[in-house]
Amino acid sequence: MGLWQGRRIPLSLLLLTRQPVRLAVALAGISFAGILMFMQLGFRDGLFDASVTIHRLFDADLVLISPRSTSSVSMAGFPKRRLVQAMAAPEVEGISPVHWNLLLWRNPETRGTRSILTLGFEPNDPLFTDPSLAPKARLLTQKGRVLFDEQSRPEFGPVAQWFKAGRTVESEIAGKRVRVAGLVGLGTSFGADGNLLTSSETFLELLPNTPPGSIEVGLIRLRPGSDPEAVAQKLQAQLPSDVTVLTKQGFIDFEQNYWRTSTSIGFIFTLGAAMGFVVGCVIVYQVLYSDVSDHLPEYATLMAMGYKLVSLLGVVAREGLLLAAFGYLPAYAAGQGLYLLVRSATQLPVFMDTTRAVTVFSMILVMCMASAALAMRRLADADPAEIF
Amino acid sequence: MAGSAAIELQHLCHWYGSGSMRRQVLQGVNLQVAAGEVVLLTGPSGCGKTTLLTLVGALRQVQEGAVRVLGQQLNGASRRERQVLRRSIGMIFQGHNLLRCLSAEQNVQMGSDLLLELSYRARRDQAREWLRAVGLGDELHKLPHDLSGGQKQRVAIARALAARPRLLLADEPTAALDSKTGREVVELLQRLAREQGCAVLMVTHDPRILDIADRLVRMEDGLLLEAERPRETAQA
Repeated sequence: MGLWQGRRIPLSLLLLTRQPVRLAVALAGISFAGILMFMQLGFRDGLFDASVTIHRLFDADLVLISPRSTSSVSMAGFPKRRLVQAMAAPEVEGISPVHWNLLLWRNPETRGTRSILTLGFEPNDPLFTDPSLAPKARLLTQKGRVLFDEQSRPEFGPVAQWFKAGRTVESEIAGKRVRVAGLVGLGTSFGADGNLLTSSETFLELLPNTPPGSIEVGLIRLRPGSDPEAVAQKLQAQLPSDVTVLTKQGFIDFEQNYWRTSTSIGFIFTLGAAMGFVVGCVIVYQVLYSDVSDHLPEYATLMAMGYKLVSLLGVVAREGLLLAAFGYLPAYAAGQGLYLLVRSATQLPVFMDTTRAVTVFSMILVMCMASAALAMRRLADADPAEIF
Repeated sequence: MAGSAAIELQHLCHWYGSGSMRRQVLQGVNLQVAAGEVVLLTGPSGCGKTTLLTLVGALRQVQEGAVRVLGQQLNGASRRERQVLRRSIGMIFQGHNLLRCLSAEQNVQMGSDLLLELSYRARRDQAREWLRAVGLGDELHKLPHDLSGGQKQRVAIARALAARPRLLLADEPTAALDSKTGREVVELLQRLAREQGCAVLMVTHDPRILDIADRLVRMEDGLLLEAERPRETAQA
């Protein structure tokens, strides 16, 4: 006996659809649970994604960092020599040393200060995969010039508006005067409300206490066709232990892992999704249980006619299956809509990806089937001898 | 036909409750119903008629005595054996017991769906055929809710017949029917008994239909009293 019998009367479907109010309640409950799960998981993944906005942009196959670095907000320095040593490997095509620190930016309008993620690099070195940066980077060869991220939060001042209006925008970083030479679009992340790019020379002037020859991030580009994993392992073995060699994905994972394990964000949103699951279970169980109870004499009649208990249990199981399928569709559609809303309201990169779509569907399926299994126990009360 | 009895009961006893509440409802019933025979069972309410039907219908575990239905011994029969046997027994209940969410045609098809060897189309055609036979050819797609009490009972009868039973058990099936339809239905049952060798055991209080029986049996206080053959008296 198959789970679905096309050659029979679709009893499960009819049991559900001939009671539209109960069906609507069930579907509303399941959809609600689904939407809750979509939102919580979406926020969680979106926040983790947002923590690596900058990381994704780098033009690098491998990344060197200090083993003492824990996240983008606390990057430690390591000797620039290590990056130069890496050049010795035949697979390495190019390197870019990068200074990385949070500096205090003075809002040119309100004069208040706020920390901004500042990257210092050699203006002639490639930094990001986006080619539009290169012409702007040339502006940084002049001392005391910075590129301001126009997607920075408004608390840093109306820099972008002023600049676009043709005004000369000057401000202070760590007490030193800087001038905005151009705008870039990078995006904010968890750790940084805003971003600033400058030349290594200017960076060291802003932070005169930086030990000479120390950098925070080393970008390595490999020749086409080389295996980043293998080269990373090789370099790690060759270089002293004061440096960690990561692939670009490893660098991204390193950052996300920090937010996932060292903060309560993951727990909070996973708990939220679990709440949706439990609420959904309760609703579906209620609906299926009362459905079975209401039809108990009819189930008993079918048993008296010679139907197997198993095939009647199958009817309830199929009801659960149908509820899962029917309830998921509106949840999916609403999820898409809400993600759109979240994206436009918060700039968080929340998208409907396949993994999450499948995860939520599996959760709804488990929810409905578990509730159906519990409701089936009621069927045991159907006694065909009682119906004469 | 006469050799293979549809029902054979020997000293059937049944009790309800336990301990001091234990009450005997059947006190050693002996009954034989031949294949194709139509037997009507009458008696005051509470005399054990319904209990007898549930035991013969393999709906209850036999406690004492021998029960043989359609050649199968029911003493100590497993749940599964009784379930399989019930496929060959049509049942018509006092209440119609139709599935509320199914149309008349679909309800009848729940009966013919027990005939797994037929195709879906054949079973559906058969369901329609039976509905026409009980005079509901125009009400195929109505829900039980939209049918009158009498129509619902006729759908229930069509459903019981659709599974091609060899034994039909009925508990006051004509109670909700007007006298004309009641007669039509019992005449239909009788015709079926002749055509397919299907035996009928019917509990009834309806004096208008007693004449269709091959034999009348009266029950009192858990015991059977064989009555006269109605056909001979009616035709005499």
